[in-house]
Amino acid sequence: MLSISRAVLDAVIAHARADHPDEACGIIAGPLHSDEPQRHVPMVNAERSPTFYRFEPSEQLAVWREMDDNDERPVVIYHSHTATEPYPSRTDVSLASDPDAHYLLVSTRDPDNDEVRSYRIVAGEVSEEEVRVV
Amino acid sequence: MAIEVRIPTILRDYTGGAKTVEADGATLSELVDHLESAHPGLKDRLVENGSLRRFVNVYLNDEDVRFLGGLGTELADGDSVTVLPAVAGG
Repeated sequence: MLSISRAVLDAVIAHARADHPDEACGIIAGPLHSDEPQRHVPMVNAERSPTFYRFEPSEQLAVWREMDDNDERPVVIYHSHTATEPYPSRTDVSLASDPDAHYLLVSTRDPDNDEVRSYRIVAGEVSEEEVRVV
Repeated sequence: MAIEVRIPTILRDYTGGAKTVEADGATLSELVDHLESAHPGLKDRLVENGSLRRFVNVYLNDEDVRFLGGLGTELADGDSVTVLPAVAGG
C-alpha cells in the first residue's frame, strides 16, 4: 500500500498536467527507514517525449546525492502516461531498477479525470497496490 | 592508484553488500576490468559489446562519463566514480 498526503499527490498530478503532452517524471523522497513519501522532486524528462521518459543523468546525480545527504531514499518514482492507462508498460517493467520503490503512474489522457495507480515492480513482476490518501 | 567506486543498491549483491569499493585503473575500462576480477559478474551489468550500457549512468566525480571519454575516460588517483542505474520507462 502507498500512503501519501493529499498535498503531495496533488503536486504530482499538477506536474503531470503541466508537462502533458510529454511524459512527466520525478520522485518523492522520504526518510531512509520509513515508507513515507514526503518531499516531492519533479524532474526533467530528458527524452521530452509523449511516450518515453528518462531522468536527466546529471540531475539524477544531484538529486540522489541530496537524498544521501538527507538520509532519504526515493520512496516513490513516478511518471505519467499521456494517452494510455496508468499501468506499467513493458518498457517500464524492464527498466525498473529499484525493488524498494513504489512506482506511481498518473494518466493525463482524460483532462477531466485524474487517474493515479501505484505498483511494486520486483524482478520483472508487477503487483498493484492501494493508494491511500492521508 | 586508489579510486573510490560508489555502487548502487541493485549491484551490491556483487560486492557483498558494500556501498563503496576501491579499485584501480588508468582508464574507466581498466577500472571495470579490475572491478570484475574482485567482483565477478559486475562488468556485464555495466558494459555490453564493448561500451557502457545505455541505461547505466557512470559519473567521474560530478561528470557523466558519456561527455568525457566513455570507457576510455582517464582516471587519476583520488577520483570518485559513481554508478547509478538510469531511471527511465515508457
